[in-house]
Amino acid sequence: MIKGRFKQESAPKSQKINTASLPDIIFMLLFFFMVTTTMRETTLFVRNTLPSATEIQKLERKSLVSFIYIGPPIQSQIFGTEPRIQLNDAFANLNEIAGFIETERLARPEAERPLMITSMKIDRETKMGIVTDVKQELRLVNALNINYSTIRGEVAR
Amino acid sequence: MARMNPEINAGSMADIAFLLLVFFLVTTTMDVDTGLRRLLPPPIDPNAPEPPPVRERNVMVVLVDMNDRLLVRGELGDIRRLREQTKNFIQNPTNDPNMPAKFMDEIELLGEVERSRGVVSLQNDRGTSYEMYIAVQNELAAAFNDIRNELSMERFGVRFDQLTDPDLVDAIRRAVPLAISEAEPKDIGGR
Repeated sequence: MIKGRFKQESAPKSQKINTASLPDIIFMLLFFFMVTTTMRETTLFVRNTLPSATEIQKLERKSLVSFIYIGPPIQSQIFGTEPRIQLNDAFANLNEIAGFIETERLARPEAERPLMITSMKIDRETKMGIVTDVKQELRLVNALNINYSTIRGEVAR
Repeated sequence: MARMNPEINAGSMADIAFLLLVFFLVTTTMDVDTGLRRLLPPPIDPNAPEPPPVRERNVMVVLVDMNDRLLVRGELGDIRRLREQTKNFIQNPTNDPNMPAKFMDEIELLGEVERSRGVVSLQNDRGTSYEMYIAVQNELAAAFNDIRNELSMERFGVRFDQLTDPDLVDAIRRAVPLAISEAEPKDIGGR
């Protein structure tokens, strides 16, 4: 009996599917992506193949992190192959790091300033010389909380 | 009367939303930044008195030279053995007089714990590759994490990285601090 009734209802030929809720679904997806992702802020001018490590930690609060990029320039025919420092959207010299950290500090509420982390995204082929120089600069301005950015993976042997 | 109340055609709404979605997909990144967290030593105050010297038995000097070779406590080392070596050094299971001293300490939630005075001093050259430096840092951190795991297993029955209570995590961290000290930069062996 029941079977018969179902057959009757599915009989109408080529009924249009109601797409009224489709925009809602897409909007939901949109909001999901807006919430879970962050805007790409900088264009990289330096090559940035991160080294891998196993004992890594996540940086939870992205708003507290400022980035320093170090690596050989991508446009090597113009800028050479010597590793350079990139702050925000431009190449920088060592003496600009102090100013950069100060600006980053001022951009954050006072209560959060001690929690700030400087994440160093350094290309794996960089030599330690420039890294040590940057670390010394960071010490001078008391930005002691640092992170060596790495990806998860086995370390190089 | 359906004619009096015509529906607005919402067919293109989905297209608009799709367009926005694609825009966000392209302009945003989802990667969470991961890495090795370290605390730099504060800048040296030239007027401050010299800190008391650390006894030689308590220090494990790990030197990485410009060719990425390792020197561990004066002997050629190997990155594959560094983790075991460091762990052995810090724990000093045989109470070797050339290895770090240990002392009992009272720590909240843990009670009496045996702590090591051992410190790893990491020194590198300006010519050391960053990849090697990170590999060494990683192995050293792994050694300390192993020790923390063992202590945590023994006291709480859970691995350190699976502890959820921040107080317990803090207690273990205090019992086994990440004793990696980075020397003041100096040039060894030139370019």
